[in-house]
Amino acid sequence: MNTQLSQENVVPMNGKRKTIEISGLNFFYGKTQSLTNVNLDIHEKQVTAFIGPSGCGKSTLLRTLNRMYDLYPGQRAEGSIMYRGRNILEEGQDVNMLRAKVGMVFQKPTPFPMSIYDNIAFGVRLYEDLSKGEMDERVEWALKKAALWTEVKDKLTKSGLSLSGGQQQRLCIARGVAVKPDVLLLDEPTSALDPISTSKVEELISELKQDYTIAIVTHNMQQAARCSDYTAYMYLGELVEFGETDQIFMNPARKETQDYITGRFG
Amino acid sequence: MKQATTSSPVNPVYRKRLMAHRVGIALSVLAMSVGLLVLAWILVTLAVKGFGALNLHLFTQPTPSPGSEGGGVSNAILGSLMIVGLSTLVSTPIGILAGIYLAEYGEENKIASLTRFVTDIMLSAPSIVIGMFVWALYVATVNHYSGYAGSLALALIAIPVVVRTTDNMLRLVPNSLLEAAFALGAPRWKVAMLVRLRAVKAGVITGVLLAVARISGETAPLLFTALNNQFFSADMNRPIANLPVVIYGFAMSPYDNWRELAWGGALLVTFSVLALNIISRTLFSQKVPN
Repeated sequence: MNTQLSQENVVPMNGKRKTIEISGLNFFYGKTQSLTNVNLDIHEKQVTAFIGPSGCGKSTLLRTLNRMYDLYPGQRAEGSIMYRGRNILEEGQDVNMLRAKVGMVFQKPTPFPMSIYDNIAFGVRLYEDLSKGEMDERVEWALKKAALWTEVKDKLTKSGLSLSGGQQQRLCIARGVAVKPDVLLLDEPTSALDPISTSKVEELISELKQDYTIAIVTHNMQQAARCSDYTAYMYLGELVEFGETDQIFMNPARKETQDYITGRFG
Repeated sequence: MKQATTSSPVNPVYRKRLMAHRVGIALSVLAMSVGLLVLAWILVTLAVKGFGALNLHLFTQPTPSPGSEGGGVSNAILGSLMIVGLSTLVSTPIGILAGIYLAEYGEENKIASLTRFVTDIMLSAPSIVIGMFVWALYVATVNHYSGYAGSLALALIAIPVVVRTTDNMLRLVPNSLLEAAFALGAPRWKVAMLVRLRAVKAGVITGVLLAVARISGETAPLLFTALNNQFFSADMNRPIANLPVVIYGFAMSPYDNWRELAWGGALLVTFSVLALNIISRTLFSQKVPN
């Protein structure tokens, strides 16, 4: 699948490749505009964090990257999002194929009503034809990646719904990883989790960025500071500031960013 | 009543509320007992009169001819099982698929909202009208009563029940679960069948069981279609005996053994329906979508 999404058109910059280039992005819920002229690059095998107060458009932006908004009539995006040399907002893009390459993990754990094993295998079966042995290996690999294997290896046939909240969320991450996507979008993946599960997921994020490009929406400033390489601060549907995480947190260029980060606003 | 000791019992507002509370509870309990009393009365009468007829002959012998002794309702049990079974086989896939269609496309198009409207009308349509409809369309055309016609009439009653419950159940599935499946790149039909339907499997099965319970007691449509057959017959293309019509015919007959068989049959039907309801309830309580 990777061959057709050639990387030739992506220009290396500072030694880092861009996976996604967003330019002039506007987004509308019906008549309400919720993103205005967003321009941003997401770099390969780096973690990009989106922060900002509730309703600022972070999640909306994330949901344009796999065209999740397509499910709802009345929502539309304008502008361009170049992914591996293609504008994914154009008509006639294979949305299912895009979503297979750009995975997503949601705020609340959403295990499918099937066994732990099938939860992982579901996505893999969509686009790959693996033998039983290969599938077993893939399931184990994905569960290990999500730091869940040791906890569930003896009950793979149990329902995914029988796990605790933190385990369910890691199951969802494993499910997203199992299809070997190119990009992983995380929409507040730890907001429903306790501190221990949160730290497990955060460790996982730094582990995963070896192989995947990651974009994460978070309400937790420390989390952005801990996990990400790049940070985007958004406010009222606009991108206020974007840069390397160290620079954004230590020496933001804009006063609004500083106010938000230091807790004086938001 | 512990509250009375903790908050002040002399507080006039509190006493007024306590009185209103007691009156409300008393009226509710009264209403509930009236309802339960009638139900218990029916069940007890049925049990007392029916248990007399409950013996092995009831299950092994066909309905007796006028004037002969004893007999059973074996032909009616078989006929009922065949008619209800066939109509369940027909109505379940149609009902579930139509329910999926409504849940998936119900918001988006006119045909779906029309279908939902018609389904609601069909849900409350008098069953005698449905019997008459099938009689006019099928029985009067082929010129003989048949078990198939009975199954068709019952299927017409069962389909809207299955459609409505499937539709309602599927709508309970949270969007987040569907989004999660779409996010993996799953096409819509796979999300609908493998994730959405599976999430409410227990609820949909409950709907089917309730539909079966509903049609297994229907009499009016069968009078017009399957009619009755005094003899043991498994030919669905001919008139065929069935419990509701046998009860109807025997209950008002002058023969003691016939009336006793009617009570026995009534007991069978009622307790089968009761069992179906209990099964569907336990099934459903085991799993409700989060």
